[in-house]
Amino acid sequence: MLGAPLDYLFAFLVGGLVCLFAQLLIDLTKLTPARILVIYVVLGVALGAVGLFEPLADFAGCGITVPLIGFGGNVARGVREAVSETGLLGALTGGLSAASGGTAAALCFGYLVALFCNARPKRP
Amino acid sequence: MHFDRRRYLDRVKEREARSPLLKNCFFAFTVGGGICALGQLLRALYLLTGLSDADAGTLVAVTLIFLSAVLTGIGVFDAIARVAGAGTLVPVTGFANAVVAPALDNKSEGLVMGVGAKIFTVAGPVLLYATLSGALYGVVFYLVQLFL
Repeated sequence: MLGAPLDYLFAFLVGGLVCLFAQLLIDLTKLTPARILVIYVVLGVALGAVGLFEPLADFAGCGITVPLIGFGGNVARGVREAVSETGLLGALTGGLSAASGGTAAALCFGYLVALFCNARPKRP
Repeated sequence: MHFDRRRYLDRVKEREARSPLLKNCFFAFTVGGGICALGQLLRALYLLTGLSDADAGTLVAVTLIFLSAVLTGIGVFDAIARVAGAGTLVPVTGFANAVVAPALDNKSEGLVMGVGAKIFTVAGPVLLYATLSGALYGVVFYLVQLFL
């Protein structure tokens, strides 16, 4: 019904490792969180481009697709499909189309939250 | 045992620097893995309703983004992120937080140049480099298809 227990285990383990590696980058290098997000999304596009993203996602499910790598992998898949269908124009249209759901959700929910909530003082 | 002050401070610093790394990695792994497992559960639920694989995946992202936005708004996200570190940053939850938090913090600058502009503080770079690398891949893929 809700998938095999192993699927959850692999999602947990792979997703955990992806985050652990980012934590090492934060603690051991001077990379800022924003840079790490950019690196991960480009890594996702690169994995998609060389054909590794889909097999990884088949194996680890949300362990790969929920981290920002999945955002990049989606962009690569969208570009590939759009180029196959419409040619070179697809290089421009495919990426943002594939990423539109998450992007629009973040912007709309972000706006609503900004509208209805109040900023609180930052703790250091 | 006698330490002079400098050696003592050096040693304190060394200890301080070492043990949080393990702790940080532990929480990054468990919280990050937990969020991905939660995503897996949501996906299974959405697939049960008859959605396609791709749509279920998108809806998982949308759900996690919604939860992160709300938790950011009520100030809970920061508290979790302080412990979880990369565990909440790297999943799509971190992207959502990076969109919502600057928009919320700069509300006082107005709805256009405050919320409107600052909502892209981190989303902007992420979207830029995703689009850029995607377009580059598209051109290469097009050329490869053309000549092979």
